[in-house]
Amino acid sequence: MRYARQILTVAFKDLRSELRTKEAVNASVSFSLVILILFSFAFDPSAESTREFSGGLLWIVFAFAGALILNRSFARELQNDCLDALLASPVPASALFLGKSVANLLLLLAVELVGLPVFLVFYNARIVGSFWTLFGVMALATWGLTVVGTMFSALTVNLRLRELMLPMLVYPLMIPCLMAAIQLTTVLLGEPSLDAGQMVWLRFLVGFDVIFTALAVALVDTVLVG
Amino acid sequence: MNAVAAARIWKFYGDYPALREISFEVAEGRCLALLGRNGAGKTTMLRILAGLSRASKGQVTLFGKDAAAAESRSRIGILGHGIAVYDELSALENLQLFARLYGLPRPAETALAWLEKTGLERVKNGLVREFSRGMRQRLAVARAFLHNPSVLLLDEPFTALDDRAIAVLQGLLVEARDSGRTIIMSTHQLREALELATDVALINRGRLAYCGERTGEMLADPTWLYRNYGEA
Amino acid sequence: MRKPVLLVMIGVAGLLLVRNLLVMAQLPDEVMQGAIFRIIFFHVPAAWTAFLGFFAALVASILYLVRGNLKFDAFAVAVTEVGLAFGAANLISGMIWGREIWGIWWTWDPRLTSMLVCWLLYSGYLMLRRAVEEPTQRARVSAVFSIFAFADVPIVWFSIKWWRTQHPQPVVWGGGSMDPSYWNMLFLNWIPFLLLGLVFVAIRMRQESAKREIDAIRRMAHAI
Repeated sequence: MRYARQILTVAFKDLRSELRTKEAVNASVSFSLVILILFSFAFDPSAESTREFSGGLLWIVFAFAGALILNRSFARELQNDCLDALLASPVPASALFLGKSVANLLLLLAVELVGLPVFLVFYNARIVGSFWTLFGVMALATWGLTVVGTMFSALTVNLRLRELMLPMLVYPLMIPCLMAAIQLTTVLLGEPSLDAGQMVWLRFLVGFDVIFTALAVALVDTVLVG
Repeated sequence: MNAVAAARIWKFYGDYPALREISFEVAEGRCLALLGRNGAGKTTMLRILAGLSRASKGQVTLFGKDAAAAESRSRIGILGHGIAVYDELSALENLQLFARLYGLPRPAETALAWLEKTGLERVKNGLVREFSRGMRQRLAVARAFLHNPSVLLLDEPFTALDDRAIAVLQGLLVEARDSGRTIIMSTHQLREALELATDVALINRGRLAYCGERTGEMLADPTWLYRNYGEA
Repeated sequence: MRKPVLLVMIGVAGLLLVRNLLVMAQLPDEVMQGAIFRIIFFHVPAAWTAFLGFFAALVASILYLVRGNLKFDAFAVAVTEVGLAFGAANLISGMIWGREIWGIWWTWDPRLTSMLVCWLLYSGYLMLRRAVEEPTQRARVSAVFSIFAFADVPIVWFSIKWWRTQHPQPVVWGGGSMDPSYWNMLFLNWIPFLLLGLVFVAIRMRQESAKREIDAIRRMAHAI
């Protein structure tokens, strides 16, 4: 109970300070729009074959947009040495981490919900399956990206070249999660529902989330307190 | 009872020992001034006491319990080089946030009371970003004292402060000391520190060179300690 | 390990390699692939050595986090670097084989792809280390990264396998069973690889300890 309250306090704090400046969210949204437009030059957006990699396109955009938000997550605490005050408080490092992950999840999902309709319009696509199934896939995959990303935001917070290190370290780790998301999204943009073979991917996504959430929660204290 | 006890603390950076077997105890209600040159290990020691860094060897206890435990950490108040409040939040939001993190029963009232105490109640809804330097520092002081810590850890508390913030802080520290709280501070400002301190510890290249009560001769001649126990 | 021991190990590894090459030359060419099939005797043991290295890095990283002894950190870097070197050997030999048999340098075969992703992951480990200046922090941060990377390896492996089975792909090694004498050859060739790997690890660990010593002296000088 107390733990949950601590998580929410941290998440709420992060959301409030981000929404007040909107630095990361604005950058993330405009960046994803730019990539969406750039992709239209790389492929013929009106061609029928584009549908086959629409999921991939969308998730590459989300992954890029996510890096901008995740980079800020712990870097935000460096200003005025706020991280010290948080770590000295009785809040466990894992609650701090989960709170930040929740905030990042919500921010990134919001960016995705802006990017998705733009993508559908520009690429003449539509969601053939149910929106809520797609949203579920987005939430699961985004949580995967978020826990890994937030963990590495903590890992790289005191490093030189922080902004460069994060995407370099995080994208290879995210490959399985992105693959599952791409697979499922492509299906949902073209077919009414997931068949048994694709349910395996959904379970895989849940497994990825569970494994990396557990690892991050177990190790974040080691990373933050030296 | 000892409020803070450090037992044979070592801290290594790679193979370099930044702290070497430091042991000291601070009884409840005492005020210890940690002295030493730049790079002697004062900040490292304070960070270990605050649970921001782990000792390579040795143990820190707070009222007989492991200093890293959540219960111990809620009894510590820290004031470091940075003000550790958020620029994008208002003064009130900042204090409420920390009140919640410390699990205080009435965050809003506590926050308001401290804003009053530090003379910031008029600007309670102003964003910290717009505050003057002095106001930010007073808010930082309020943040550190908000949860009524029994142990205060201060890293160079007077260095960055302006006159008014120093006055506020000194008032609070005297009040805290007299009401039985324990204070440990690292400092360069010998005179201010020695007036407040009941005990003195000198760290010299990671070793504890002196630890004992503050005596009259230290107050009369602040360089006495360095001359007698400092580096040759 | 002492220098003469290392030299003996290198010598033994060299002799074994020469012997294996001579034996390989005697083997008949494979019906479908011709002479190039012999690359498997390097390709596969290289992959084994690489994964063994990454696994050893995981164990050393966990030990470092538990014990805090920087020797484990030095071991972790050493085996990761050896793993990367043999991983590169695996990738390059795979590419050469692919060029001969399929006429293309690269194919998104699940095994090659997985190895490439692993390789990228662990090269991230080395870059992460370069970005941290303080040895203890470096050891801690990179140990955590190594654990994350290793947890990712099997996940990457399975996901890529599933992914690729849903797309058409060329078949590697014909899917058939290998002659037992080939298996012997694989293992016999693995021994010199392991010996070389061990020598590299020993040398790198000594370098790491020297580096720590230099760093400590530098810090000492700064403190004075």
